[in-house]
Amino acid sequence: MARRAEPVGAAVGIGAAAVVAALILGALLAVFLRAEAGAGLGPADWAAVRFTVLQAALSAGVSVTLAVPVARALARRRFPGRRWLIALMGAPFILPVIVAVLGLLTVFGRGGWVSHLLGWAGLPPLQIYGLHGVVLAHVFFNLPLAVRLILQGWQEIPAERFRLAAQLGAGPREVRRLLEYPMLARVAPGALAVIFAICLTSFAVALTLGGGPKATTVELAIYQAFRFDFDLGRAAMLSVIQIVLTCAAALVAVRAARRDSPGGGLDRPIRRWDATGRGARVWDTGLIGLAALFLLLPLAAVVLRGAAGVVDLPGVVWLAALISVLVAAISTGLLLVLALPMAAAVAVGRRAGMEIAGLLGLAASPLVIGTGLFIVINPVADPFALALPVTALVNAVMALPFALRILVPRAVQVVERYGRLGASLDLRGWNFARIVLLPRMRAQIGFAAGLGAALSMGDLGVIALFADPEHATLPLQIYRLMGSYRMEAAAGAALLLLALSMGAFWALDRGGRWHAEA
Amino acid sequence: MLKLEGVVIRNGAFAVTADFEVADGAKVAVIGPSGAGKTTLIEGIAGFLAVERGRILWDGRDITAEPPGRRPVAMLFQDGNLFPHLTVAQNVGLGIRPDLKLDADQRARVARAIARVGLAGLEVRKPAELSGGQQSRAALARVLVQGRPLVLLDEPFAALGPALKAEMLDLVAGLVAETGATLMMVSHDPGDARRIADQVVLVAEGRAHPPQETTALLDAPPPVLQDYLGTA
Amino acid sequence: MKYLAFAAGVMAAGAAVAAEKPVLTVYTYDSFVSDWGPGPAVEKAFEAVCGCDLKLVGAGDGAALLARVRLEGARTEADVVLGLDTNLTAAARATGLFEPHGVEAEYDLPIRWEDDTFVPYDWGYFAFVHNAGKPAPANFRELADSDLKIVIQDPRSSTPGLGLLMWVKAAYKDQAGEIWEGLADNIVTVTKGWSEAYGLFLDGEADMVLSYTTSPAYHLIAENDSSKAAAAFDEGHYMQVEVAGKLAGTDQPELADRFLQFVVSDAFQSVIPTTNWMYPAVTPKDGLPEGFETLVKPAKSLLLPEDEAASMRDAALAEWRDALSR
Repeated sequence: MARRAEPVGAAVGIGAAAVVAALILGALLAVFLRAEAGAGLGPADWAAVRFTVLQAALSAGVSVTLAVPVARALARRRFPGRRWLIALMGAPFILPVIVAVLGLLTVFGRGGWVSHLLGWAGLPPLQIYGLHGVVLAHVFFNLPLAVRLILQGWQEIPAERFRLAAQLGAGPREVRRLLEYPMLARVAPGALAVIFAICLTSFAVALTLGGGPKATTVELAIYQAFRFDFDLGRAAMLSVIQIVLTCAAALVAVRAARRDSPGGGLDRPIRRWDATGRGARVWDTGLIGLAALFLLLPLAAVVLRGAAGVVDLPGVVWLAALISVLVAAISTGLLLVLALPMAAAVAVGRRAGMEIAGLLGLAASPLVIGTGLFIVINPVADPFALALPVTALVNAVMALPFALRILVPRAVQVVERYGRLGASLDLRGWNFARIVLLPRMRAQIGFAAGLGAALSMGDLGVIALFADPEHATLPLQIYRLMGSYRMEAAAGAALLLLALSMGAFWALDRGGRWHAEA
Repeated sequence: MLKLEGVVIRNGAFAVTADFEVADGAKVAVIGPSGAGKTTLIEGIAGFLAVERGRILWDGRDITAEPPGRRPVAMLFQDGNLFPHLTVAQNVGLGIRPDLKLDADQRARVARAIARVGLAGLEVRKPAELSGGQQSRAALARVLVQGRPLVLLDEPFAALGPALKAEMLDLVAGLVAETGATLMMVSHDPGDARRIADQVVLVAEGRAHPPQETTALLDAPPPVLQDYLGTA
Repeated sequence: MKYLAFAAGVMAAGAAVAAEKPVLTVYTYDSFVSDWGPGPAVEKAFEAVCGCDLKLVGAGDGAALLARVRLEGARTEADVVLGLDTNLTAAARATGLFEPHGVEAEYDLPIRWEDDTFVPYDWGYFAFVHNAGKPAPANFRELADSDLKIVIQDPRSSTPGLGLLMWVKAAYKDQAGEIWEGLADNIVTVTKGWSEAYGLFLDGEADMVLSYTTSPAYHLIAENDSSKAAAAFDEGHYMQVEVAGKLAGTDQPELADRFLQFVVSDAFQSVIPTTNWMYPAVTPKDGLPEGFETLVKPAKSLLLPEDEAASMRDAALAEWRDALSR
């Protein structure tokens, strides 16, 4: 019987997903096997689980809710420097946690800029520490991601649809109902799931902004179990809880996101005919301005703090920067090798498995994964000798869910639009990927690679177990500088890191769009 | 020779039955009311829709289970017949080798086909830089190099103006006459059928009727066709 | 071409020398091996006398260090572990991975040191650091009654945080919970580690931060900045003693012994004050660097015996968590 001929196979993607799953679950299993009898989970652990879910759900909800109007404003306005603003707004996402937190507190802290302003007005300083502080910080980190994902959803609505809507005399309300709500129903659940997963493994941010032990997360409990009690079994159990929570979120998201492709267009630049009224313009401009202020002020603080230190950085910092760039390059390559076949597999209908495998890297505690890999590698090889490859691989796996969010919708679209034409020409498998799929996904590949490179650059990597003292990455070197009282040099190094991350992101994202004409 | 043996092609809740033969070198128009199943029939023959019952044979060989690209078929869709990021020459070249690794002879064949459809000099253009008529010509050049014995057209020229469409149909007629290919083209315009088709397959109420001589059928249409043509 | 031949020769020679020399592997914490820590000077000084290759391996902080040794177990490459503190010695001893040493020294510690397994190499007092010139509380009760804002570290993830927990317990015994309840409204936030807390303090997020009495010495000596001071508390200050120990499974037992003896020698001890910013366990013959005389000297030193500290830890932690979670 003739079956629907698929232009690309799912086998490679399934293989990539299996590699990821084996890496994460294998590491987890290694920790379990190595564990001696320890304490089970106590009431304090369950309190940590409750708080973790609460803050992650709130953070995801607020991030996506705020991202919708901001993304819409960015989708329907054109102004000079728009692309720069969008790129720059993504920066918080790729900063090392400690750097971003200090930047955030320079603006919103008790002694921060906002509190100073309030002081002049005779008001008490801002009370940032508490659940709202945790959510604020997580929104700061994740709003850019949510905006980018949703903005992408907007840009994938073909220009023809907006033209049709304009022709029908549809105003903003009708455009929302006809075009935007269906798009959001498709894009928002995925964004929610990813941000929920990121916030599940939050530790330093939740604790610092949470103001005390009330803000204990599962990751902190894992840290405690591992370092304090050397209770590997408990650490692994807690990580399983993280994974279960993330997978549940992913399943809900996959179910909620109806597979409703926006359909094909002719690559026309999107022009909007709705929302041309003065009120809508003022509203959009105000929203973009507010979001930019919220995201860029703490970045400005990072730049100001680092400006003094960056002129006089010790040589080891430059070496660390070089190593970080190298790790980011390898990591980005690995990311694409894993993510592209997985995106293709989703495009031909293997959705749920890919999504879950993709989220695993994000869901599992980095501490437990690092420990598990250490247990596996230590008997056969020197962990230090493998420090950089392992760091690159783990960074790639952690960036995978973001890459999938970016690549999957486009892959689905390309396969739906060009799959039949390809099939009629016997253009299948690698030829379809090489001649049609990859060229049609250039912009998305560039974006995903840029994000992956920047994330890898900013990530602390696989905890201290693999931290080769002679080949420290830049984020690790920043921590070392801080640990040695060198706060000014650390701030300078953080500025360097910010510049490198943004540079890598910009170059790759830009590269993807270069000559990417219709 | 194309032979449909008790074929049922399903497209969701809708199905088309067909049981007839098309002679080699015939030029067949597939006409009928909107939603009667013209596209379903063509896509079943091309291999994009599963055949639920029956067999499709080409020269006695059962091709029912063949994937679309392995059938003796070259097809043009209603739209999206060109890859927008590839040049005209690359789009045409895909008709020879899906991996685009062409040798000098094959590149010469591509150039000849492009010249034959009147696009000489536009080889390195991308589809967006071509007019609608030129895009259709590029797609036809690919059909030409594919050299498949059965050409299926699913109204690829519907968006063109009457003069341009007539020009394209004449070009198609010329091409199949040169290659001796069998042509099946979906159309909703009896004028198209009269222009180049010597036979007509009428699709109505979920059934594709055997081919009949064009002029005879259109001059004395059965009731369903009368309804469609508005001549009742 | 000449250059290449020369390079090849040098590399071959280097490899040959490395192959002959025995290697002593010492696991320590990250900041010890960093360019700003004692590591580089210590490595140079020991290699000058030992005829060996000293390999210092940084593995996170003190707690991560012990976790790593436990993960590797008897298979570990390490010969010596340097950087455990008095909060970790009980757990480290219980692993059975460490072997008694034969080091003898005249320690300048405020307490008697008798431990046949661990050799102390430096020590310090926990203290709240504040901006000099501002009035500072004289004890925990005064701090609790004041409006001063403090940043502390989480005892579950950081050594100073655990030190503070023990400090309050050692000073107030059964009233520790009460003290924590009093402190709750002074605590701006609790951080994962020392770096975050100290960074927040320097940024003006709090009036005081939990650190060491020796912290102002860094600012004074390295930055010529006398604006930081440590508050002297009259109930005494809790101590942290950092130690080194020899692993039973070492394949270089003699070298390991020599290294432990080196640790309490002048060459090692004189590096400690201005690189690790702690007091040396044996005062160097040239005395402490200029500036250390300005530091506060606690009237009373507190340190719980290690088994007592270990047995009360979980209860103290629960007390702390409950008091601060209200």
